[in-house]
Amino acid sequence: MNRLASMETSQHWRLRQQRYALVGEVCPHCTTKIFPPRDICPDCGEDARDLYQFSGRGEVYSHTTVYQAPSGHSSNAPYPVAIVRLEEGPLVTAQLTDIGDQPVEIGTQVEMVTRKLGADGERGMLVYGYKFRPILAER
Amino acid sequence: MMPVGEHWDLSLRHLALDAISAARADSGGLRPQALYVANVLAPALSGQSHLGALLADFTGLRGVEASTIEASGASGGVAVRQAYLALTSGALDVAIVLGVEKITDKASGQVQAALATSTDSEYEAVHGVTPSTQAALLMQRYLYEHGAPKDSMAGFSMTAHQNAVTNPNAMFRKAIRHEQYARAPIISEPLNTFDVAPLGDGAAALVLARAAALPNRHDYPQVVIAGSAVSTSALAVHDRPNPLHLTAASQSAEAAMLQASLSLEDIGLFELHDSFSIFAALSLEAAGFAAPGHGWKLAQNGDISLAGKIPISTFGGSKARGDPGAATGIYQLAEATLQLQGRANENQVPNAAIAMTQCLGGSGATASTHILRRPN
Ligand SMILES: [Zn+2]
Repeated sequence: MNRLASMETSQHWRLRQQRYALVGEVCPHCTTKIFPPRDICPDCGEDARDLYQFSGRGEVYSHTTVYQAPSGHSSNAPYPVAIVRLEEGPLVTAQLTDIGDQPVEIGTQVEMVTRKLGADGERGMLVYGYKFRPILAER
Repeated sequence: MMPVGEHWDLSLRHLALDAISAARADSGGLRPQALYVANVLAPALSGQSHLGALLADFTGLRGVEASTIEASGASGGVAVRQAYLALTSGALDVAIVLGVEKITDKASGQVQAALATSTDSEYEAVHGVTPSTQAALLMQRYLYEHGAPKDSMAGFSMTAHQNAVTNPNAMFRKAIRHEQYARAPIISEPLNTFDVAPLGDGAAALVLARAAALPNRHDYPQVVIAGSAVSTSALAVHDRPNPLHLTAASQSAEAAMLQASLSLEDIGLFELHDSFSIFAALSLEAAGFAAPGHGWKLAQNGDISLAGKIPISTFGGSKARGDPGAATGIYQLAEATLQLQGRANENQVPNAAIAMTQCLGGSGATASTHILRRPN
């Protein structure tokens, strides 16, 4: 592996817990749940490094579809993107997937799944991570 | 100011040279001690960084202090702020601030990827998010939360295009009708092509000087910077407590007005950031010209037209003049200066005495606000 490729790999390796398992943080001072992790609580400004496992469930806060994709995502276009309000509080941006016949709307209940996100860098390394899919009534 | 558009015959450095030469001639030949360059895309699209020295050398200013200022779409305003700090500190007497972008050499996918670097690369861009996606997500939520109609942003686009008809530097000099807006192709729903400013090559330059350094005689009234401020917020839309409240825009507008000892009623025109129409509504709300959820209504009743209560995008804004990326803030300040000098011709805002300009980086993560005053 050349140096460029290994640098790209380590950038994504560092983020594996967030990307694959939606691991964020909880503030020990005010109990705010934090995702993406940022080590300083956005609510009280104190140190917040305790890991916290998010449930992966939430609802659509806003949504759109990307037609003019940036390079690395063009083979996937058009694709739906949403901001999801996690049930623990934080907002998170991600693609939607496995959309059935029901139209996605603000308020649609969704859950996290792991999927291919796109290709990164000149070598086109594939990046995997969270997407969200609608929770079906019978599930 | 260079016309914004596709300058296939001009390179980055030639665009810069033309803009700087025009600004220096306009200033009566003042010689700057420093050059501040606002640029974002040259490293990604032209394979060129280190623009300070490159452009100082190429534009006949070899030897002066020079560097690049990068704050996404707010770069121009932030560069003016840096020059303002250097001048008011007494370290410099004369500075040039240049905004320049060369965009049209590269294909759309590369341009979108370069633009996406202004979003949070680890938590937005990796999911295929670009600035258009951020704007679409904000507009979708805005329409939902405020129960605003689907065509509520049409007035911003129509006003911008109307004002650009008489601007020789504008990319699109044609008025548009409401039916054209309503039928326009979707870019990223609910955004349509008329909600999105077209990117173009551009360059504009300003000469800033301490009052003591000005020549005794000059051709035009000298415009004064009465307020200057920069504020920041989270890069990612999802990292803001209320994504529809542009806190950096609010804070910088408030700081600039406080410094100038002015209130909103004193502002005669507002060159705001309209790279996407939703930002026009959100900026009017952030500055306090409209309550949350009501910004779009100012575009319905003529309030934002040249003769209205708070004219915006008086030369067409980014929507119709064209969006020159990092140079946006410099175009805004140059256009506001022409207004206050009474040199805006058919675009003149009657009796313009005080102007506010504000440019945003990303979806509002950086905001720079300036207040300009015409001396009595
Ligand atoms: Zn806390």
